[in-house]
Amino acid sequence: MCGGIVSESLVQALAVEGIHLPDDVVQRAIDSYILHTNQGNVHIETPHNEKRIATLHRGAGPKGVSKTLWKSFDALLLNLARGEGARVLPARVCDIVWRDKRPEIECRGKEPRPYDLVVVACGVNTSGLRLLENLGFGYRRPQTMQTFITEIMLGRKTIQEWFGSSMHLFLLSNPSIEFAAFIPKGDFVTVCLLGRSIDRACVRSFFKDPAVRGCFPPMWRIPDDACRCSPKINVGEAIRPYADRVVAVGDCGVSRLYKDGIGAAYRTAKAAARTAIFSGVSAQDFDRHYAPIYSHLRRDNWLGRVLFSASGIVKRSPASVSSLLCVTAEEQKLPFEKRRMSGVLWDMFTGSAAYGDILRRSMHPALAASFVQHIVRACDAGLEIVPKGGCG
Amino acid sequence: MRMGRLGKEYELGEIVVRQGEYGNEMYVVLSGEVEVIRQSGEEEIPLATLGKGQVFGEMALLGDTTRSATVRVKSKARILTVDKKGFLKKVHEDPSFVFNILQMMSDRIREMDKEIARLKAIELEHAECPGCDAASAPPREEDARIDKADDG
Repeated sequence: MCGGIVSESLVQALAVEGIHLPDDVVQRAIDSYILHTNQGNVHIETPHNEKRIATLHRGAGPKGVSKTLWKSFDALLLNLARGEGARVLPARVCDIVWRDKRPEIECRGKEPRPYDLVVVACGVNTSGLRLLENLGFGYRRPQTMQTFITEIMLGRKTIQEWFGSSMHLFLLSNPSIEFAAFIPKGDFVTVCLLGRSIDRACVRSFFKDPAVRGCFPPMWRIPDDACRCSPKINVGEAIRPYADRVVAVGDCGVSRLYKDGIGAAYRTAKAAARTAIFSGVSAQDFDRHYAPIYSHLRRDNWLGRVLFSASGIVKRSPASVSSLLCVTAEEQKLPFEKRRMSGVLWDMFTGSAAYGDILRRSMHPALAASFVQHIVRACDAGLEIVPKGGCG
Repeated sequence: MRMGRLGKEYELGEIVVRQGEYGNEMYVVLSGEVEVIRQSGEEEIPLATLGKGQVFGEMALLGDTTRSATVRVKSKARILTVDKKGFLKKVHEDPSFVFNILQMMSDRIREMDKEIARLKAIELEHAECPGCDAASAPPREEDARIDKADDG
């Protein structure tokens, strides 16, 4: 498992709660992003030029690493839990069954043991989902989407020179790719492509795009042995994520559409913990105290779909993309609170704010007026809307 | 150079927040030290030194008030800003989010109580014996009891 971004809002929340991400866990602190389009790019910085986003490795990091110079984020969290008194049992769970109305967990090579509450925090690419479905309380796994992720080893110096401490986001005319990002880490850059039908040809055409090629040193080509995978991501919530004494948190429950999965796991896990500590572990308790957070994320994802549909329309039109770039570039001269388009793009692509909040801000009359004005200018200059086509 | 350093680097003597200014952010010290100073006319009264993990600026964030003190960097520091809007949203969703801050504020009130008790004692000593230097007198048995109770 390689990915990992801790969003701006989560970095701040963890700091307030007394959880500080050490330098050897954070692979690269991000202070800006560059939005690449077929019409050009624009550089947007965080308020106060502060490094507010953390990129990190999960687990053992990318394939083929000979020397580990970092500490895993997962290990950091487990050690914090240990420090608070939790007993961590590193074992593979084979089965969960009901015995005397309590969940009983069987780990490989160990005697089954009953527990008062089972919190399942697994991803959508594991057999953990089957364990939940087999419990028979009505759990149905979330809808998923195939992604493409590759970790490209370029070395610290090259990454600093070519990517810096910026996230690189792509709004290209390729209709198969909903979202693409380059996330610089220590010696690696993580390439992440999300879309409904990402196949080999689509990945090849993405890397051939001049906007993408321009991010890499000249003559560079993707190595054949780069660590790559096509994992599924959660794009729709699980049905019935809890029952008496069982609750699903994180990806196996609900996540945020396309980004901030760690932030969603933090919110759902905290909601489950609050319910168990302050109310109880029955289905009614989870109904009352866990379901509202769950539903909020679900509703917000629906608004996220509206936003991504809108960005899909924008990216197919050279005039709209050109307008978006112009508005964003022009507002860099304004005070930070007046940079509306930058704020919308930043929050949409980094997962730093709720989609509902972003949608509301994107409909600000001044922003809409400026956007339309620039579209008209772009059309006058000869740019037009292109029809929807296939990949590449 | 470490690439994983979050927050913003501040140099020695740099002012992070200024007394009397309106603030929309709270700050967390990630490394280094800052000193909290109350300005009274031309005079600077040092109130506290804050180090790694401690927060400041929370009063302006919780109430709609101006900064009550100036915060200046004492040794090269790295500081993370926490935005008011995001903070209040988190508190609304999860009131336990502020437990850590309440704990810190409670510790500060405890320290302030000790300081008030010490100053009161000096004032009393001074009232009883105007010529004595109460500040250099050994602590009274009562003060020791207050300290012990506060620490417990």
